[in-house]
Amino acid sequence: MADTLLDIRGLKTWFKTDDGMVRAVDGVSLHIDRGETLGVVGESGCGKTVTARSVLKLIDMPPGRFEAGQILWQGRDLIPLSPEEMDKIRAREIAIVFQEPMTSLNPVYTVGYQIAEVLHQHQNLSKRQSIQGAVEMLRLVNIPNPQKRVHDYPHQFSGGMRQRVMIAMALSCKPKLLIADEPTTALDVTIQAQILELMQEMKDKLGMSITLITHAMGVVAETCQRVVVMYAGKVVEEAPVEALFGNPRHPYTQGLIRSIPRVDRAAAQKERLEAIPGTVPSLMNPPAGCRFAARCKYAMDICSREPPLKEVGPGHRVACVL
Amino acid sequence: MSRQYVIRRILLMIPSIFGISVVLFTVLALAPGDPFSELAANPAIPPEVAAALRAKFGLDDPVWTRYYHWLIAMLHGDWGFSFASRINVETLILQRLPTTLVVIGAAQLLAIVVALPVGVLAGTRPYSIFDQIANTLAFVGFSLPTFFTGLLLILVFSVQLDWLPMVYRTDISGAGWQWYWEQFKQSIMPIAVLGLFQGASLVRYVRSAVLDVVRLDYVTTARSKGIGERSVIARHIVRTALIPVVTLVALQMPVIFGGALVTEQIFRVPGIGSLLISAMLSNDTPVVMAVTFVLSCLVVFFNFIADILYGWLDPRISYR
Repeated sequence: MADTLLDIRGLKTWFKTDDGMVRAVDGVSLHIDRGETLGVVGESGCGKTVTARSVLKLIDMPPGRFEAGQILWQGRDLIPLSPEEMDKIRAREIAIVFQEPMTSLNPVYTVGYQIAEVLHQHQNLSKRQSIQGAVEMLRLVNIPNPQKRVHDYPHQFSGGMRQRVMIAMALSCKPKLLIADEPTTALDVTIQAQILELMQEMKDKLGMSITLITHAMGVVAETCQRVVVMYAGKVVEEAPVEALFGNPRHPYTQGLIRSIPRVDRAAAQKERLEAIPGTVPSLMNPPAGCRFAARCKYAMDICSREPPLKEVGPGHRVACVL
Repeated sequence: MSRQYVIRRILLMIPSIFGISVVLFTVLALAPGDPFSELAANPAIPPEVAAALRAKFGLDDPVWTRYYHWLIAMLHGDWGFSFASRINVETLILQRLPTTLVVIGAAQLLAIVVALPVGVLAGTRPYSIFDQIANTLAFVGFSLPTFFTGLLLILVFSVQLDWLPMVYRTDISGAGWQWYWEQFKQSIMPIAVLGLFQGASLVRYVRSAVLDVVRLDYVTTARSKGIGERSVIARHIVRTALIPVVTLVALQMPVIFGGALVTEQIFRVPGIGSLLISAMLSNDTPVVMAVTFVLSCLVVFFNFIADILYGWLDPRISYR
């Protein structure tokens, strides 16, 4: 595809621990096109965050290592790149926003300094110009009184404001791709909507792509064009957002969608929220075959063999025999 | 950092120093040993003369009266008179203090210069070969007491190789470079022994402080900014890791002075530590009081420096 920005092929990111190899990401393939918003969903520990951090090579090695696969950024594989070459991609081409705004900013530097650091590094700006650039970025993400707030420290900002600062920092070099790793999970609901709106607005202004990692299906429905569902280190379903919600094929996806709380139903029928039974299998010795089989109500004998991703509609692929 | 913060810290030093002087004076008053015991035991001096002398020096007054006299004299710059050396205490201390400060200062500097890079490198590469070697050496370093390593160095470098002088001298002849060279040669062993002993434990502190920081989210953020690993370590890891290290160095100051006492004895350095020990042995109370008081003031002062460094390293402190 001509306008594919990032193409991850068969990525395996494993972690060596005292108890054995943890296969956090075990053969993930996904791609993101220019200008789209891709949702990556799955429950805690399914490998979403490791996949995201693998792209920017932010995994500590050791204990982590790339076992196999390619991360093609505009056709160029990032895995063999040296740290120096990687630093030219980070922030400049691919930027990332993390889950915890409270701990993602360094407490001993002003927010202005932390944004200016990026500008100073990548855009050959002087210290003073960088601070001016930081003011502009804070203004862009709707922080009131940016001229003054630029000299404030992170502890003088609220959680939502800090996440705005993180977004300002990530976008300061106008990257082509923004990876947002659960950017709203740590925030309260009203702030969540504001942050998602801000990201949408920034996307329209700067024309970048977004990879939104989340476990909130509601957030996906609102913001994404395409969705990848991950389970236990593997992609189980990939579909355009309408197809995913209209016709979910994988039993895990179906379960995820049914577990979205619905105010109307709960109030009318006192219906209990449906949960997926069981927990994610250990990634140390994952079961052979379909990894969801143990929790799946449709499980059959054939599920003990690894199900291939098969095409079931335009852009809709699923790793299930059903 | 606000000026108010600095002023508040300075004002806080006054009650601490006052409190320390009260405690020191009381403890010394309660301690056995009397500067005039020699007079009492000397048959040539009649008891009534001894009693008159005691009365003249106010030794039979109650403790608080004596403390009051001492405090007033101290504030006027009169630190008392040494019975053993027959000169003023302040002269005595001023003769000895610079040597001690040079040795301790250089040793502390050596400790920091060695421990910071080693600790940071070990902490950013935990369980690497470098880390293992650094850890082993650090354990050896702070397990061996200074009186042992000191004697060992003397044995090797002074006795066997005859490179360095065994005893610290204040009456070095020669001028210019010659003088500095001799001074350097005789200070190098005490400084190395004290500095490496302090440095060994400091390596462990720095390493664990760095280990605590490298895992934090904002370090990952810093890496994601593409500013290079060197900047990540220097700006984002070391700066925050230094905050607990500063506390530990400040808390170690009394230990360092204690260590200096021992090292000064071993290398015969005529510093304030050897003065204190000889004064104690000869019941020279005014000197003991003044020296312990000066050491306490230095400890308070270094803690003040640590507080200032704190406010500079961690902006959250001075704003509170």
